[in-house]
Amino acid sequence: MSVSKKIVNDFVANGIEFVTTVPCKQLGGVIAAVEKEPSIYHIPSNKEDEGMGLCAGAFMGGKRPAIIMQNTAIGVTVNTLVTLTQFYRMPLPMLISYRGELKEPVACQVEMAVHTKALLNQLNIPTYHFHQPGDEQELDAILKYTFMCNKPVAILTDATFWGGY
Amino acid sequence: MIRSEIIRDIAPILRDQLVVCNIGLPSQELHMIDDQASTFYMLGTMGLSSSIGLGVALAQQKTVISIDGDGSVLTNLGTLPTIANNVADNFILLIIDNGSYGSTGDQPTYAGKKTSLTAVARACGCENVIECHAEETGVVLQAAIDSKVMTVIVAKCESGNIKVPVITKDPVVIRDRFMNEVVRTDE
Repeated sequence: MSVSKKIVNDFVANGIEFVTTVPCKQLGGVIAAVEKEPSIYHIPSNKEDEGMGLCAGAFMGGKRPAIIMQNTAIGVTVNTLVTLTQFYRMPLPMLISYRGELKEPVACQVEMAVHTKALLNQLNIPTYHFHQPGDEQELDAILKYTFMCNKPVAILTDATFWGGY
Repeated sequence: MIRSEIIRDIAPILRDQLVVCNIGLPSQELHMIDDQASTFYMLGTMGLSSSIGLGVALAQQKTVISIDGDGSVLTNLGTLPTIANNVADNFILLIIDNGSYGSTGDQPTYAGKKTSLTAVARACGCENVIECHAEETGVVLQAAIDSKVMTVIVAKCESGNIKVPVITKDPVVIRDRFMNEVVRTDE
């Protein structure tokens, strides 16, 4: 089974029925698998803060949400994470492509990569980093943890984990 | 008519619906006029009223009304294509368009100049967009609720504010009582 399919299976097994995505080449396989999964409502968003608003609404409407996005989104969404997701204590698994790490071909991506963990740390967001193939085995536990504690939780997935570009 | 007068007018209609209310003065006005557990007051995050409301509408069956402002829609303009392409017939977006950023001192917005949010919403693919005068808002809103078709309402009004207290309720309380209203079944 592909890693993308396994990730989506973990979403489904944890009751996630509402997923918003902002595209990333590295996460293209997961996004395609989300789109194909009949038990998930896939709603692409135009910007990640909009996506977090949709997820907040879906959660209050009774559906477990998740967001799939690039790490550049952390720069976009600080206010939303703090004044919506955290302030109202809502769970939000964030599956993030960690661009700008080893094997990155685009120099500009590194500029955000060097701030990614520092920002997540500053925001007190529990952060997990999938670096080696097989690290995805922790996803099920991370999702359970997210919906237990009602917090946004970051899952960074880098190029080494995905096997390069 | 100014925004607070529209809110006072439509409060009896909102009372029986799930409402997501925009940050700042709109939430403070509705909270003062007719606080309901079925209203989700935004205490932060300008621009996301329509996104939150659409999320609630897509996740369950009850009618959801997002009260937004022209300035807030402009700050999250990407919401209109998302709404247009994810039709939820239990969703109503009510944009109270006073052409100004009311909560920050009535600075003019582009919606009060050349930009028509009605035209923008239509161009984004929203199929039922109704622009109305402030005085008609209640009638148009009730018709939209009864139609059970996703509707975007742009209610044009004058800018201006009244004095209102800030909301001191705990955000988790606001969220929890709203979620209880989502699952409440009428007996």
